[in-house]
Amino acid sequence: MKTRKSARAGQYLALLAYLVFLAFPFLWLISTAFKPPRELGSLHPTWIPKDPTLANFRQAFDEQPLLDAALNSLIAAVGAAVIAVLIATPMAYVMARHRTRLARAATGWVVVSQAFPFVLVIIPLFLVLKNLRLINSVPGLIMVYVVWALPFALWMLVGYVRAVPTELEEAAAVDGAGKLRTLVSITAPLLAPGIVATALFAFISAWNEFFFALVLLKTPEKQTLPVVLTHFLGAEGVADLGPLAAAAFLATLPSLVVFAIIQKRITGGMLAGAVKS
Amino acid sequence: MRTKRLVAMVVALLLTGSACTGGDGDSQDGGITLRFQSLAWQEESIDVNKELVKEWNAAHPDVKVEYVQGSWDSVHDQLLTSFEGGEAPDIIHDASDDLADFAYGGYLADLRDLLPERLKSDIPQRSWETVTFGDGVYGVPFLQEPRVLIANAEWLRESGVRIPTPEKPWSWDEFRAITDELGGGDEDGDGKYGVAWPLKEPVSATLNLSLSTGGQLFHRGSDGKVRIRFGAGDEVVPRTIHDQVNTDGSASSSTLGSGGSDTLPGFFGGKYAMVPLGFSFRQQIVQQAPKGFEWQVLPAPAGADGLTQGVSPQTLSVAEDSPHKEEAAAFIDFLLQPRNMVRLALGDWMLPTGTGALRDPALRVEEDGWAIGTALARYLRSAPAQSVRGYPEWKDKVATPAFQEYYSGAIGLGELRERLVGDGNLVLARYQR
Repeated sequence: MKTRKSARAGQYLALLAYLVFLAFPFLWLISTAFKPPRELGSLHPTWIPKDPTLANFRQAFDEQPLLDAALNSLIAAVGAAVIAVLIATPMAYVMARHRTRLARAATGWVVVSQAFPFVLVIIPLFLVLKNLRLINSVPGLIMVYVVWALPFALWMLVGYVRAVPTELEEAAAVDGAGKLRTLVSITAPLLAPGIVATALFAFISAWNEFFFALVLLKTPEKQTLPVVLTHFLGAEGVADLGPLAAAAFLATLPSLVVFAIIQKRITGGMLAGAVKS
Repeated sequence: MRTKRLVAMVVALLLTGSACTGGDGDSQDGGITLRFQSLAWQEESIDVNKELVKEWNAAHPDVKVEYVQGSWDSVHDQLLTSFEGGEAPDIIHDASDDLADFAYGGYLADLRDLLPERLKSDIPQRSWETVTFGDGVYGVPFLQEPRVLIANAEWLRESGVRIPTPEKPWSWDEFRAITDELGGGDEDGDGKYGVAWPLKEPVSATLNLSLSTGGQLFHRGSDGKVRIRFGAGDEVVPRTIHDQVNTDGSASSSTLGSGGSDTLPGFFGGKYAMVPLGFSFRQQIVQQAPKGFEWQVLPAPAGADGLTQGVSPQTLSVAEDSPHKEEAAAFIDFLLQPRNMVRLALGDWMLPTGTGALRDPALRVEEDGWAIGTALARYLRSAPAQSVRGYPEWKDKVATPAFQEYYSGAIGLGELRERLVGDGNLVLARYQR
């Protein structure tokens, strides 16, 4: 009993340490965003700014089109997440339920394709999009993000589909439900946590992506947040730290909000009791 | 119901961001539109660039310039992709050490017949050398920054050391002796150091400063091939830094892996008497220095070749694929009129390359060290490694780890030489077969 309690305490302690480790950069970012320049150069930095200021936010908004960039990022990320999930869900179902040699090969290819570096594909991709007249457009960027997120989304969802017992679908068939009805009414609701998790992955990947956006978007009004954030950086990594921190803090918020809204949907245990074993 | 609403919202969002591709260089009213990708990033600098574009557009209604904000981060990959895809901006802002691949790859226009005589003669030959690749000139060098010593003025005044000037700079030996006098770090027990070397990028700093002591490192033979030799002139700067860190204790070892900005808190906090930094760092110092903190700009130490230093100036180039090269060159000429070059230099806290701009009184004031910097302009030369093919690989795989180990005291001068020369020549040979 005592051993179990101390083990539990150790677990909580480890979890707390991990949380602190994760939270530190973000809290420091918030602190930096509200500091005036003279406090940024202090040898003895403080968590709470002595003279908190909104000047960094004002400068960030004055210098760069942050709102336009945020809207572009939102469109790209939501679009990529929705389309990736819409395509990946039926594909994952087929790959999970029909274990043919082709499906196995496809799964293998999906895993291998994750190893391709961005730089390897960027020029051919650029040329393809140019021919489609999708350079410098958010839909073009969404297309790239969907293609980029699809393999991992597929891989994630296959696992979720396999976790849904086939007995449930068989029972629905016995009750007279057709294939489509079974999918929509039985399987899809049970896949909801997986779909949400996959959508979240696709959203955050697109929201944070920098390189494709940098290369594919030419005009300022089309650029996304990660690209606009680099405008606060000079040569050799010199940074305009205050406005950069302010803009980065604002850029982090939507991801946090989206995660906060849908994280409660990513819960296990939805299948508990569905099948008597 | 909720699902339908969600779908409707997503569709609306997607429609909002529907495609709208860029122009092809000709505007609808029959005039020309040029795209100018600027890498300006400081508030003042962005403002100046945008103002100049506005002034040009007001004076040239038939040749509109569109300002495009680029960024230094990943600029090489971004430009390479744009060139390959035929979507490069007409006017390209970059740095001379990034141009070699683009120049040799045929992506940039040779500017020799495009630039007016006024601009050609305004910028000295030593600066043109930074943008000359083979027989062509592929950019206009317009802003540059020497490495200077930013010093705690009060500390220096109280110590009574001789203050160097561009006319009478410190020698490297004198510099070493003075830093030892100013602070011996932990050996003195007070944790104060005479100097903090921010050597996150040890190769370019060492090579560029070594020009002052006659260090060339890269030597082109009669066969046109470049070979590395590490002679007496190449040893002075690295040995000075090494001895300050490992023998005298007058340089902090903890800053060797830092960038320039990382050393500023320690500098403001009175830990370091001096920090060798690029000239443009003065802007951060003005912004961040505590009230009442006195600082001054000093020339870097001089060697057998005086105050000579290597630099890689910022450049303006024209894309080879641009259908309007003459107009693009005319815009560059406008941007780099002496009075405009001064505005750009002040906005970026750097030195202009143009002799006309350098004469401007605004760049000769004592305030913020402008006069010291301007006095150093005539000593700036092309960075030694700039035209060496294979330099990036040599730098990353051979030189950076070798210098880092040497400065930290892990290896001696003999092994540093062996690695820079022996391993280095093997790397360069692969690029020169």
